[in-house]
Amino acid sequence: MAAIKARAQDRTAGTGMTYPELTRQTRNAGEHLHHFHGGLRLRHNKKISCTRPVERPPLPECLVVPLQQHAGGPAEAVVKAGDAVLKGDVLGINVEQRSARIHAPTSGTVQGIENRPMAHPSGLVGPCVIISPDGRDQWSSLDTLPDWKSMDPQTLSDRIRETGVVGLGGAVFPTAEKASGGRVANVHTLIINGAECEPYISCDEMLMREHPDRIIRGSCILRHACGAEKIVIAIEDQMGAVQRAFETALEASGAENVSLVKIPSIYPEGGERQLIQVLTGQEVPLGSLPADIGLVCQNVATAAAVADAVLEGHPLIERYVTVTGEGIREPRNLLALIGTPVAHLVTQCGGYTEAATRMVVGGPMMGYALASDQEPIVKASNCILVMTEDQVTPPQDEMPCIRCGECARVCPAQLLPQELHREIRNNLWSEAEADRLHACIECGCCDFVCPSQIPLVDWFRYGKDELRQQALDQQAADLARVRFEARERRLERIKQQKRERIKLRKQALSNRSEQQKKVAAAVERASNRKSGMTEQGSEE
Amino acid sequence: MLSDISTPVLLLSLLGILFGLGLGWAARRFRVEQDPVVDQIDALLPQTQCAQCGYPGCRPYAEAIASGEADINQCPPGGEAGIRALADLLGREPKPLNPENGVEKPRTVAVIDEEACIGCTLCIQACPVDAIVGASKQMHTVIEEACTGCDLCLPPCPVDCIDMVELEPRLETWRRSRPAPKIALREPA
Repeated sequence: MAAIKARAQDRTAGTGMTYPELTRQTRNAGEHLHHFHGGLRLRHNKKISCTRPVERPPLPECLVVPLQQHAGGPAEAVVKAGDAVLKGDVLGINVEQRSARIHAPTSGTVQGIENRPMAHPSGLVGPCVIISPDGRDQWSSLDTLPDWKSMDPQTLSDRIRETGVVGLGGAVFPTAEKASGGRVANVHTLIINGAECEPYISCDEMLMREHPDRIIRGSCILRHACGAEKIVIAIEDQMGAVQRAFETALEASGAENVSLVKIPSIYPEGGERQLIQVLTGQEVPLGSLPADIGLVCQNVATAAAVADAVLEGHPLIERYVTVTGEGIREPRNLLALIGTPVAHLVTQCGGYTEAATRMVVGGPMMGYALASDQEPIVKASNCILVMTEDQVTPPQDEMPCIRCGECARVCPAQLLPQELHREIRNNLWSEAEADRLHACIECGCCDFVCPSQIPLVDWFRYGKDELRQQALDQQAADLARVRFEARERRLERIKQQKRERIKLRKQALSNRSEQQKKVAAAVERASNRKSGMTEQGSEE
Repeated sequence: MLSDISTPVLLLSLLGILFGLGLGWAARRFRVEQDPVVDQIDALLPQTQCAQCGYPGCRPYAEAIASGEADINQCPPGGEAGIRALADLLGREPKPLNPENGVEKPRTVAVIDEEACIGCTLCIQACPVDAIVGASKQMHTVIEEACTGCDLCLPPCPVDCIDMVELEPRLETWRRSRPAPKIALREPA
């Protein structure tokens, strides 16, 4: 909050406006549509997974629930092997504000807490709670807050935190933290992001078609929790069925100050910053959050999860997952429990086709390759995409950059990918930082258009990690320097004290020897006197 | 004749004395407490304090480089990148690491086998960054965040209970590796 106040007078980069001015400018969000720089019109490929209704697959034999599925620190297990858990019981807690709880997706027995792959691009293993379901799927006691309208926003935030709701759009940022941040920053508009722009992914679209009422209720709860006045629901102009569903649901709900906006489908419009630019015409300044200019942005699935958490008392234990691609026999959306192995979902979709080559979590633009189909679905998994050989192989090998500038033309963050690529390749880190490498949203547009087939985003991800590591190393070096210098001072002080002690002792010694001399002198004088007296006596 | 030459001589001597005084005053008035080059060099060193360079710490090595006594290729933890940064700062040619000082290794931390530790405090005295805690006849342990992996605690241990281990990659510290070019691009020579 202090940071926000201190910046009130600062001019934001690029616009020349102060933060309060920019906040006023964003008040008309959704009234007119604007453009963001670059972007691509991609073939959607969503229909193939939207023709079948969403189903809940049968319970798998075992569920693997990773304890870290979100931004912030990992949760610590509060159950142990042999414990019986009910659906919705807490499995892991983290005391940090910026973290989320993990809950049991079904009732059953905890088999143990083992290190398993965590469904993360790193392929690293981490602690996961293994649950064998008992088949009854029995809920633990549920605590609902039906009169949330009269409640303190903080209580609502706490409920959202306790139920483990995180951003389901992909960044898995704890939702309660975003709501509290919005309250502190006095936001005026809540943007509900239904612009699912990446090809193949249709889980949000199916959710919006089937449960627009839950999304609207959740949005109203979120609006109350973050202290905003109005809600703007943004959907893509190709989603006709979604629009009809929303219009009917809006009428039925009677919610006020909620507007539905259709935006043209240009990838990566579902990105938070790009969506804000389309709706308001203003950019979120680099290094700032949307809350700094009066906005909070939440995904539609997050809003639905909030409605479940507050009105039903259900923690976040399941999500819509798109299982699609030319490598899947019956592409569709499934309502999967967190922790379900990917292979179980693929079986529900008729299995793999012969051409299946590569499995990707997420979409074709931003997803990452999955090492094994035994890895679990986590809160962040929106799509399982199975691609075929000819989709994976690039038409030609990587070639040198010809500096055509196509990448800069399509970059939605207005960066110069060709320059960044050259700098990272040649280890010119300070130059890469100055060219705003950290502003890259890794959307993959530059990769897509590069005629030389350079894996630009791979380079940028590597460069970002490298810069982060350098900053960490610098921190460690600074700490070591402080500790080294403190030790040097201490050793010097101890030496000094020792010298002083020796000096004192020497002084004491010399004092003593002086006294001894005095005594000796006195003794001598006395003995002299004595001998003198005896001499005198003998003379008498 | 004599007066012709004495005027400029006098004038120049006077000027000389004046400038001398001015310079003398400025040297006192604007005296730099510490050599700023030393600070700049010290900022580039990894602060491992391992003494592999032959000096008792990073700061003393920085002072030695600044005075021209030591070369820039004597710091194994800093590695090639460190040498390049020093070369950039000092306007010299980068050169390969001097093998006499050691080889570049991945970062490690010290781990004390707490069962075997006899509590002799020798490693505590050897640690340049006070990263080991413990007391006489009590078990010692290493503060992982403060350990620089300098290996200086290994030689004094009488029961050989300290191991240097590489840090396990965690989600927060994991990073992607450099993309391998799919074809052999001609890199600049």
